[in-house]
Amino acid sequence: MSTVENPVERLLRSDRIPHIWCPGCGIGTTVNCFARAIDDSGIDLDKLAIVSGIGCTGRVAGYTRLDSFHTTHGRAIPFATGLKLVSPDLKVVVYSGDGDLIAIGGNHFIHAARRNVDITVICVNNLTYGMTGGQVGPTTPLDAIATTSPYGNYEQAFSLPYLAASSGAVYVARWTVYHVMQLKKAMREALTKKGFSFIEIISPCPTLYGRRNRRGDGLDELKDYKKRSVIKHGADTKDVDMTFDGPIVVGKFVDRERPTLQEAMDAHLQKKLGARYKRLTGPTA
Amino acid sequence: MHADPAGVLTGAHFIDGDHACCEGALAAGCRFVAGYPITPSTEVVERIAVRFPEVGGVFIQMEDEIASSIAIQGGAWGGQRVMTVTSGPGFSLMMEHIGLAVMTETPCVFVNVQRGGPSTGLPTLPAQADMMQAKWGSHGDYEIIAVCPNSPQECFDLTIKAFNYAEQYRVPVFVMMDECVGHMMERVIIPKPEDIEIVPRKMTTSAPGEYLPYAADGTLVPAMAPTGAGHRFHITGLTHDERGYPDMNAAAQAKLLKRLTDKIKKNVVALTDIEEEGIEGAEIVVVAYGITSRVVLPGISEARCQGRRVGLLRLRTVWPFPEHRIRAIAPAIKAFVVPELNLGQMVREVERCAGGTRVISVPHAGGTVHKPATITDALVEALQ
Repeated sequence: MSTVENPVERLLRSDRIPHIWCPGCGIGTTVNCFARAIDDSGIDLDKLAIVSGIGCTGRVAGYTRLDSFHTTHGRAIPFATGLKLVSPDLKVVVYSGDGDLIAIGGNHFIHAARRNVDITVICVNNLTYGMTGGQVGPTTPLDAIATTSPYGNYEQAFSLPYLAASSGAVYVARWTVYHVMQLKKAMREALTKKGFSFIEIISPCPTLYGRRNRRGDGLDELKDYKKRSVIKHGADTKDVDMTFDGPIVVGKFVDRERPTLQEAMDAHLQKKLGARYKRLTGPTA
Repeated sequence: MHADPAGVLTGAHFIDGDHACCEGALAAGCRFVAGYPITPSTEVVERIAVRFPEVGGVFIQMEDEIASSIAIQGGAWGGQRVMTVTSGPGFSLMMEHIGLAVMTETPCVFVNVQRGGPSTGLPTLPAQADMMQAKWGSHGDYEIIAVCPNSPQECFDLTIKAFNYAEQYRVPVFVMMDECVGHMMERVIIPKPEDIEIVPRKMTTSAPGEYLPYAADGTLVPAMAPTGAGHRFHITGLTHDERGYPDMNAAAQAKLLKRLTDKIKKNVVALTDIEEEGIEGAEIVVVAYGITSRVVLPGISEARCQGRRVGLLRLRTVWPFPEHRIRAIAPAIKAFVVPELNLGQMVREVERCAGGTRVISVPHAGGTVHKPATITDALVEALQ
């Protein structure tokens, strides 16, 4: 009997499965898309590093058979910035959650986008803090119930595509875990895009967000995404705010060119210092 | 291994401690620095920003010290010798990543040019009040190495040493300067590259697929692997096994923490770097470090002129604390005198090791150095 290899298999540390994610969680789906996007992009797995922060999505680094760094809460981006600056040949992906990247790590997020650090940032946005039991976060929609907003959330949420685009990201897309084909394609585009590329993935947390907010189980949430999603490529990111149960605008919103941090640094120092400028070429330790 | 000539400014210079620290880092082969401006340490990164583009180094000014202290760790795993530089408030922000560096065994150097605290405190004035923070500031149990220069020359020399320790033991190493030493200008001799010893990073010889990131040999220090070379290793701040995989239970925790602390604890003697002067036959011994080790000299001379036998034990390595020397000296003397620009920090270590011998703390809240008369008074009290 012949066997067919699961295309996701070569990306996974099979010896670490089963994973910690709940039934109906969307993170695994995003990893599946990620594996297929890497396949499609032709990127050498040996030259791909993944950096995560802390939280449910922060565990992705540990399950991917890549050079993988599970760092501290909110700080995956500055770690990735350091790694990328000294390893120009390495593709560096930050894979983390909304609380990690946007609350505690928000400052690093906007500055990396501003600098146009050549990394891909994948944010699985489940609208809550999953690992710690379902607290309110900076992406939780108004009125949503969480353990620390027991009477409903009254803080305005960030619109992540708007934040990324206005901070300087060169590629910005949003999809939900229902849109697996589009997500895979967006990931491939982001991985091969030079500069700070950003994908927000709306993803269910049935255990901690869905149940409290009567969204049903994981499958119900997928059906809900299907119903609420409106594809608008090129939409102005000012207009893509999410609400508790309103439309979810998805699509590729930004795809533009701008020198990366490394390119800007090299070009500028070359211009100012001429032959005196020496680029860091590889490991020296 | 010897220093890469590209980074070595061989010759005699008249520079301050901050600049000398920068040159020490360059000579040590540091090629990635991330920092955030903060008085009185800023001159270190200002000089780095000027010097790095000509020696193949990358400097980035990050958005805060939290970012700086982890960007360097990305740089370290990217194969560079790395450093960040700060002072009190920034040092406080970095504590989380001292723990990360300890847990992931990431070689890196933290320079702290100490100023008065707590909080914003005295931004432009000296203190030595972060000595315990360097050892205990991050949560959890751990061991680190800290050196403490008392001159611009030592800012150069000990910064090189800090890089070598970081690589040899795979720990964060601290260069605990103070504002006086950082801003004091003196002659600094930078040797020829061939006279500067560099400890290279221990890299794995295992083939991809066979590498275990946290399997250590008798040195207790595991070998690193280059990123991007096919080893596909995992590192995490979680308690982990030899594969680097999370392994969160009491037995794994006990095993990991034992190795992480033993790799320093078992090498205390090798790591001891102290200057002892007049200890043999001394009635009392002054224990000092950094700028204070120079402030005490007139008082010691004065006492000696009056025929008293006063020894000086100067700490160049403050952590791990050279407790074996304090224990050995204690029975033969009347008292230790411990002046420091804080309200009594390293004196606690001396007290811990002094047995029944009297220990006199000479505290100072910072902002300036001790008056010579204060030292003299303490010596007189100790000699009674």
